[in-house]
Amino acid sequence: MTTQNEWPLWEVFVRAKAGLDHKHCGSLHAADSKMAIQLARDVYTRRQEGTSVWVVRSDQIVASDPGDKGMFFDPMEDKVYRHPTFYQLPESVNHM
Amino acid sequence: MQASIQPGRDAATQYVLRLGDTCLILGQRIAEWCGHAPVLEEDIALTNMSLDLIGQARALLTHAGQISGLGHDEDQLAFLRDERDYLNPTLVELPRGDFAFTVLRNAMVATFLKLMWQRLSASSDAELAAIAGKALKESRYHQQHACDWVVRLGDGTDESARRLKAALAQLWRYSAELFEDEAIDEQAAASGLGPKWSELQADWRAEMAALLAAVKLPVPADSVYRSTGRRGVHSEHMGFILAEMQYLQRAFPGGVW
Repeated sequence: MTTQNEWPLWEVFVRAKAGLDHKHCGSLHAADSKMAIQLARDVYTRRQEGTSVWVVRSDQIVASDPGDKGMFFDPMEDKVYRHPTFYQLPESVNHM
Repeated sequence: MQASIQPGRDAATQYVLRLGDTCLILGQRIAEWCGHAPVLEEDIALTNMSLDLIGQARALLTHAGQISGLGHDEDQLAFLRDERDYLNPTLVELPRGDFAFTVLRNAMVATFLKLMWQRLSASSDAELAAIAGKALKESRYHQQHACDWVVRLGDGTDESARRLKAALAQLWRYSAELFEDEAIDEQAAASGLGPKWSELQADWRAEMAALLAAVKLPVPADSVYRSTGRRGVHSEHMGFILAEMQYLQRAFPGGVW
């Protein structure tokens, strides 16, 4: 439920360190993007979780329909050959 | 009941204590918002700021205890002095007021502290310079966050603008005390320990004038009123905040968790 006076919702993405991707970690309410970035810093990086934050208005995210889950994702169940399990990764490749 | 301690009376100890007390008392005041801020996110933001200030106070009080040579640790200095031995300006001990009062005071003090840490980064005292280097990053964020709120309130609804204007009318006259020099300022400047607080006035006024211009509020006229917290002569609010801070250490001396 949202009320007229409630600030918009923002999704927060935090990058833990250089080279890693931004990971979704939660959401918060803020009046605008500047406030959202500051509050994301205050709410989600208090324990050194981050070196960079992204925020995006939740209503700007287009999501797949949960009702389409079967049609969308189940056909991949039996296609094990798509996994690159037959390759030996060099040790220097991290975070795959 | 734990008896009070007498802090060091030398200029260097008093200079560091004065700054440490400023951080300590404002940190305690901001902590009063914990669980009471207008929204959850800002509640956490204010609490973070409070913890930064208390962290700065811990470092400064610990260092003051070392400078004095009297062997006082941070807890003794924070919790076992008499009211007259706290040297914070009156500005930071005033009750937290409404949210406009809180963010305007935070903007005033964060601007002051940012300028102070910038100068103290070049202190002849290596420990104080190191404390300042760490604290400067914290105060820069405090200033940005608080000043953004000042602009939001000044630019917001009729009610928020009215509250901000009222906060400015209440707070401004307490700012003059920040920039009045005393003997310890002269000695700190002479020894290279740190600037006379008056040296920060021009930059502070310029930054505050820019902030107030952004919300179309005139810089208030200077008042003849002078608060006297830095000399240990505090407002009627100081005893209450100290009672809340001190009762545990007084009742259970040396208690830790």
